[in-house]
Amino acid sequence: MGKKILMCGNDACGEGAMLAGCTFYAGYPITPQNELTAYMARRMVDTGGTFIQAESELAAINMVLGASASGFRAMTSSSSPGISLKQEGISYMAGCELPGVIVNIQRGGPGLGNIAPAQGDYFQSVKGGGHGDYKVIVLAPASAQELLDHTSLAFDLSDKYRNPALILGDGLLGQMMEPVEIRTQSSGNNIHNKPWALTGCAGRKPNIIKSLFLGDGVLEAHNVKLQQKYNTIKAAEVRVEMINSKDSDIMVVAYGSVARISKAAVAKARAKGIKAGLIRPITLWPFPEKAISEIADKVKKFLVVEMSAGQMVEDVRLAICGKAKVSFYGRMGGGIPTEGEILAQIEKIV
Amino acid sequence: MKKNRIKVIPAKKGETNRVFARPATLRDIDNHYCAGCGHGIIHRLICEVIDELGIREKVIAIAPVGCAVIAYDYWDFDVTEAPHGRTPAVATGIKRTRPNNIVFTYQGDGDLAAIGTAETIHAANRGENITIIFVNNGVYGMTGGQMAPTTLAGQKTATTIYGRSLRREGYPIRMLEILAPLPGARYLERVSVHSAHETLRAKRAIMKAFKTQVDGKGFSMVEVLSMCPTYWGMSAIKAAERIRSDVATFYPLGVVKTY
Amino acid sequence: MKAIKVKKPSGKIKINKDRCKGCYLCIVNCPNGRIKIAEDLNVKGVKPAIFSPGNCTGCAMCAVICPECIIEVYR
Repeated sequence: MGKKILMCGNDACGEGAMLAGCTFYAGYPITPQNELTAYMARRMVDTGGTFIQAESELAAINMVLGASASGFRAMTSSSSPGISLKQEGISYMAGCELPGVIVNIQRGGPGLGNIAPAQGDYFQSVKGGGHGDYKVIVLAPASAQELLDHTSLAFDLSDKYRNPALILGDGLLGQMMEPVEIRTQSSGNNIHNKPWALTGCAGRKPNIIKSLFLGDGVLEAHNVKLQQKYNTIKAAEVRVEMINSKDSDIMVVAYGSVARISKAAVAKARAKGIKAGLIRPITLWPFPEKAISEIADKVKKFLVVEMSAGQMVEDVRLAICGKAKVSFYGRMGGGIPTEGEILAQIEKIV
Repeated sequence: MKKNRIKVIPAKKGETNRVFARPATLRDIDNHYCAGCGHGIIHRLICEVIDELGIREKVIAIAPVGCAVIAYDYWDFDVTEAPHGRTPAVATGIKRTRPNNIVFTYQGDGDLAAIGTAETIHAANRGENITIIFVNNGVYGMTGGQMAPTTLAGQKTATTIYGRSLRREGYPIRMLEILAPLPGARYLERVSVHSAHETLRAKRAIMKAFKTQVDGKGFSMVEVLSMCPTYWGMSAIKAAERIRSDVATFYPLGVVKTY
Repeated sequence: MKAIKVKKPSGKIKINKDRCKGCYLCIVNCPNGRIKIAEDLNVKGVKPAIFSPGNCTGCAMCAVICPECIIEVYR
């Protein structure tokens, strides 16, 4: 095991990008992700990469679009209101089949909301977010270490499938300090694997990167191709953590920081003799629907906990498809569910 | 006038000297533009400049949203698209990662002066070493001839059916004059393609703009006044005359800033 | 006063008439009035601009203004 450094989640996320060979970052200040922008400002300048504090989130995501079209690993980050602005560029990147990593350190909404942790952007993240039929690979880290690891992984997945990838964290994860091991399994950027990149047309036919297809049936064919790609991702890239899935009477489903709190609540329930377990989706898209469905064959009680009015719970219900009872407990607007609250819910349901 | 002289192209066998032909990087296909539209002329000028500078294999262009959205069908070099108005941001991302490539954007007045005003101003202010070819024809052509930020006072469009009212719609915007005070903007010139004479001047300006980038001098932008006969509701000849008599009066031709 | 020798103009142009959209900008830009409107329609259904040989100098002003880039000029 490598050396561990105490760092906040936002910094860890930035280091994960650096380890994956990210050489371009564009961002715009917004709390609670500002440490990440500042971290990238320092690291990019120190390593000869490019850091741009853009004039807006719109400009930042489109700078990433440009850098990615050039064949480089590029990232932008923001928090909820800023991510709303980035949706335009993300849709274009998905349509153009361009890789790129977007980090959303979520805060309370709607509107300007507040700067406290929240999970109200689940729908926006996993259902597309912008216009058109597209999907973004969504990873949900639950610690500073995972912010580093998942960001690194996001670059590899994004390049592999030529599709934008999103890190869905929240203010709690971004701000908290934890020991983090500086490590990566990323292969780094490989421009030779990107024959589509815009490099100037020396020795080859010109490359065109576009999402506009005006010919009769051409856009439909493009969409069919995108959907086939999404099905490939669904089949290959689902990641989920299970705790006590073999012998539980009740399974809690939670992601990100709420999963951490739920993990402690599940342990307390076990100590009280309640057979509780935890399902933690690591990829929110593709969603671990098959894993959840299989558990629902045996376990008949589920409790979904979120820092939202109930968003992921809809996907859990779809996965379970009436095979088990699904209850929900959520806090909103910066409210964080406590261990005690979750334990009380478990005790009520079981 | 010496500078206006046309380059002689070596003759094909059995022919007299060919002095003018389609530039190699402009694909030999029909364009989709209306009769008398200036886009065709401006596309060609860009290709002529790229050919003469010998930079085709280094060029990366960004096509706009608007009538020129499929410019990549005509240009024989690397091109990408950008969301409406974000063109200079995309160019920034490309140029910063590929500083040895020649990056230019092709933008209309809606793209550059309305939805993309922030991107334009900040790309200039950062002194991005990119070239912007800004086509100003005073209307949104692609969407049906609505008012553009550059539409002249009194001009009738789909959304100013009684003519642009300064009280209601505000004043037309002169982008070059807005950019001129920014230290990052190095070369700014306004030209027109309403006559052959002005078109030759326009080519010289586009040449200078690309050279500005090749020499690493920084941000360059050429505003090209262009005809939209369809949405000006007149013949191409009358549209060209309108630029001379009306448009170029409000948007004076010439160098706004140079180094 | 010495007579000034004037070289006889010797230019010609080729217009790809089926690709002409009939904007006629070439006609108004020709200093010698060497381009006319054809009597017959082309494949696009417009009366194309056609070259009318005469005192063409091959100045190429027509080609410079042509938005379709379908005029070749020879001297």
